Amino acid sequence: MDLGIFCKSTLDGEVVDHCFSALLGIGQNADPSYLDWLMKAWGWTLAVAGLSLVIALSLGAVMGTLRTLPSEIALNRFLTRLATAWVELFRNIPILVQVFLWYHVIPALIPPLKAFPSYLLVSIALGFFTSARIAEQVRAGIQSLPSGQKAAATALGLTTFQSYRYIILPMALRIVIPPLTSECMNLIKNSSVAFAVSVPELTLFAMQAQEETSRGVEIYLAVTLLYAFSAFAVNRVMALIEKRSRIPGFIVANTEAVAH
Amino acid sequence: MLSLDLSFYNWELFTNYIFKGLLFSVQLTVIATLGGILFGTFLALMRLSGKPSLVYPATIYVNTMRSIPLVMVILWFFLLIPMLIGRPIGADLSATITFIAFEGAFFSEIVRAGIQSVPKGQGYAAQALGMTYGQNMRFIVLPQAFRNMIPVFMTQTIILFQDTSLVYAIGAYDLLKGFEIAGKNYGRPMETYILAAFTYFIICFSLSKIVRKVQSKVAIIR
Repeated sequence: MDLGIFCKSTLDGEVVDHCFSALLGIGQNADPSYLDWLMKAWGWTLAVAGLSLVIALSLGAVMGTLRTLPSEIALNRFLTRLATAWVELFRNIPILVQVFLWYHVIPALIPPLKAFPSYLLVSIALGFFTSARIAEQVRAGIQSLPSGQKAAATALGLTTFQSYRYIILPMALRIVIPPLTSECMNLIKNSSVAFAVSVPELTLFAMQAQEETSRGVEIYLAVTLLYAFSAFAVNRVMALIEKRSRIPGFIVANTEAVAH
Repeated sequence: MLSLDLSFYNWELFTNYIFKGLLFSVQLTVIATLGGILFGTFLALMRLSGKPSLVYPATIYVNTMRSIPLVMVILWFFLLIPMLIGRPIGADLSATITFIAFEGAFFSEIVRAGIQSVPKGQGYAAQALGMTYGQNMRFIVLPQAFRNMIPVFMTQTIILFQDTSLVYAIGAYDLLKGFEIAGKNYGRPMETYILAAFTYFIICFSLSKIVRKVQSKVAIIR
């Protein structure tokens, strides 16, 4: 075990003057060290995961809601079917294949996407993939509400939109925070597939730095710890959100999903 | 708009490139499922044993595996196994070992939940009949637990089949790799990626339909 590798230059392998310049923000007049590279890679991982989280949460909440619409109206039935197709499509293709589709195929079909850098395309792929899983959680959350809530909203004369906006979703979205937490943690882990289209994130760093330095154990250990730390941080933030958004007097169902 | 040339979609494409990869993916899925369930049951029994010397190692192992991306686990094993045994190991064998070790952690969570879903009275009744711990697990608790777990096992197996595509990281020849190589050789990468997505979708979608059917059949009515 030799952690000194992180203070070595990525250009000539010599020890650099300011090893912690990346962490401390000291002016960079020396060669970049492996630590600098590691920190940059971590930033890419967090950026890809964060971007795809935004996409996944918004699309997932919409699709999950659409799947529970009352089926009396033809338009609702169509929307429900659309959302079901969405979930089945994005859940039954491996994430790596979806990443390749977004990177190699879809820009050729939709030319404006050609201008998109690869990290954006990966974020879209990860976001869509995760949105299918989140939609299922949201649907389960809505369906777990007592039917009296919906009935009461109808009795008060609320429209379907209003009852979702003011009655159902505020409750359902709180219920799904625990399963959403594990989805968010999965997203951090799944962002590792971005290596396949050369986004310079942690996994690609691990592969390249291992190749260059032959100090695989140290490099992998650092990368693994950063992944674990990021996932743990997400877990804590979600716990805080859950605590802050809790409505006094309501017992929220605690379900934990086993998935990855 | 681009033009897709599908003329190379013929039987030869499949016999030359795809079947080899499909075989490996399916083989890896089956071995990792069976091995993962065995190893996972072992881990779950350790965690439920109540003995700290067994509970802690198993808990640490499961939580570590669950907090690392699968790609990194694949890379770790590919790096460490040759270091430990002192000679290089093929990507295929390395992937198989990795998936059993990784999936064991996930299956153990399913088994643990399954064992806990069996009413406590069943275990007490077995104890009252004078059964040992081993007999209790073997004849009373595990058979009921596994029956409850079958649908979850199958869902996990579908996820596992999708995850086998990640052996891309160490260059093993799986279903996805088969399509990729075919795409390079025919000079039609786009079409083969579409076909790859289509193939995975058909397999995973049909399996998930079967799971839903099984789910309604195996439920124990109490």
